[in-house]
Amino acid sequence: MSLVEDLLAGDHRALARTITRIENRMSGYRDIVGELHEHTGNANVIGITGSPGAGKSTLVDKLTKHYRDAGHTVGVLAIDPSSPFTGGSVLGDRIRMVSTTGDMDVFFRSMSARGSLGGLSTATADAVKALDAFGKDTILIETVGAGQNEIDIVKTADTVAVLVPPGSGDDIQMLKAGIFEIGDVFVVNKADLPGADRTVKELREMIRTREDYTANGDTSPITTAIEHTTEGTHWEPQLVETVANSGEGVDELVSVLQDHAEYLTDSGARTERDRLRYAEEIRTHVREDVRYLLAREIENRGGLDELASAVEQRETDPYTIADTLLDPIESCLEEQSTELDQ
Amino acid sequence: MSTDQGRGQRSIRCLVAKVGLDGHDRGAHVIARAFRDAGFEVIYSGLHKAPDEIVQAAVQEDVDVLGISILSGAHNTLVPKIVEGLEEYGALDDTLIIVGGIVPEDDRPELKELGVAEIFGPGASMEETTQFVRENAPERER
Repeated sequence: MSLVEDLLAGDHRALARTITRIENRMSGYRDIVGELHEHTGNANVIGITGSPGAGKSTLVDKLTKHYRDAGHTVGVLAIDPSSPFTGGSVLGDRIRMVSTTGDMDVFFRSMSARGSLGGLSTATADAVKALDAFGKDTILIETVGAGQNEIDIVKTADTVAVLVPPGSGDDIQMLKAGIFEIGDVFVVNKADLPGADRTVKELREMIRTREDYTANGDTSPITTAIEHTTEGTHWEPQLVETVANSGEGVDELVSVLQDHAEYLTDSGARTERDRLRYAEEIRTHVREDVRYLLAREIENRGGLDELASAVEQRETDPYTIADTLLDPIESCLEEQSTELDQ
Repeated sequence: MSTDQGRGQRSIRCLVAKVGLDGHDRGAHVIARAFRDAGFEVIYSGLHKAPDEIVQAAVQEDVDVLGISILSGAHNTLVPKIVEGLEEYGALDDTLIIVGGIVPEDDRPELKELGVAEIFGPGASMEETTQFVRENAPERER
């Protein structure tokens, strides 16, 4: 039997192996993901992000327990940063999974960021597909919210929960672009700590004045023909207070997440999000492939160092080099599309 | 397309596992950090894990290397249980198992018989350990 067949048959080892192939970009992984694709689309995917120490892992543990008690199977992807110097990493989120330890119907997988921009979100999205095809009902993606990379990752989720610990700076922090714009649900975790009230108040203010970028906010140059959601089906981000340690507020969070899942289906936003996501995925693949082709071409021409030193010697300039590298691709494409026209 | 080939960016994945009742994990932390600095991806299990929890982690995380740290002297009962579990999931053959901690000389042949590749006692250097992992981490292709 093939790896994919084993996975579809419920073999844990095959699922683990598939994710490894995806992570390592081993040869043939694209075919695997391609085969998996038709078996996906059934899982509820929830992204959980927030600053280090916000309590993400503990909350993920409590949520997992909740879903298991309700009879769901759960997959968890926990993404941790890797060293920019050695590429090494310590993936420590597994430690916090204490409530469901030994339960094989919880598939927990740690992933390292491996320092790659763009590539990681693709790997994560592909790993989600593997868990989805395997038959997991609920998939939780947990990642430290530190930059753009993480925003890409949580965009692969249907619902995004942003964890905010009390006292995470003044309200200007919340005005800054990024992580706060993508939340469907905000969770003030450690709500028992001093300063929680103020954080809740600031978040409320921010939610009231913000625009929703996740529903239809795609502003990238390659536009997709997706109709915007109609008025009246707007999702107002919700705010939940939790104390993950004691499990307080977890029931409420689960029900808000459920509300959002229902909203996505009822309003048609789910289809829209899916299409946006696939458009984004295609864009990433195309970009990555072109990048790879060009990297190979640069290698063939003696490597980037040599080109850079030519620039440094004032023999040429970066734009000219970029043009020489891209010209063959451009003329090749032009040739092909005229052939298609005929 | 052609870009599918040869882009593999494989990292050695290790599970550093504390199994059983001993409550000291300083050594495990030190080795986790040394592995990280060697460029490995390290998953740390946390303290007081049962053998089947370690098996679950090793299978799900699809690690190349399982490093078991034991100071309590219970290696003769715990290690075989882990080995058995790995075998059950078909994960024994391509997982490099190493043991660190206090293991008397007399117990070593038996552990090696079971499939433990190497035992690192007190005084083993980090370099020696990471070097051993680099040289012996299984090459896997399926």
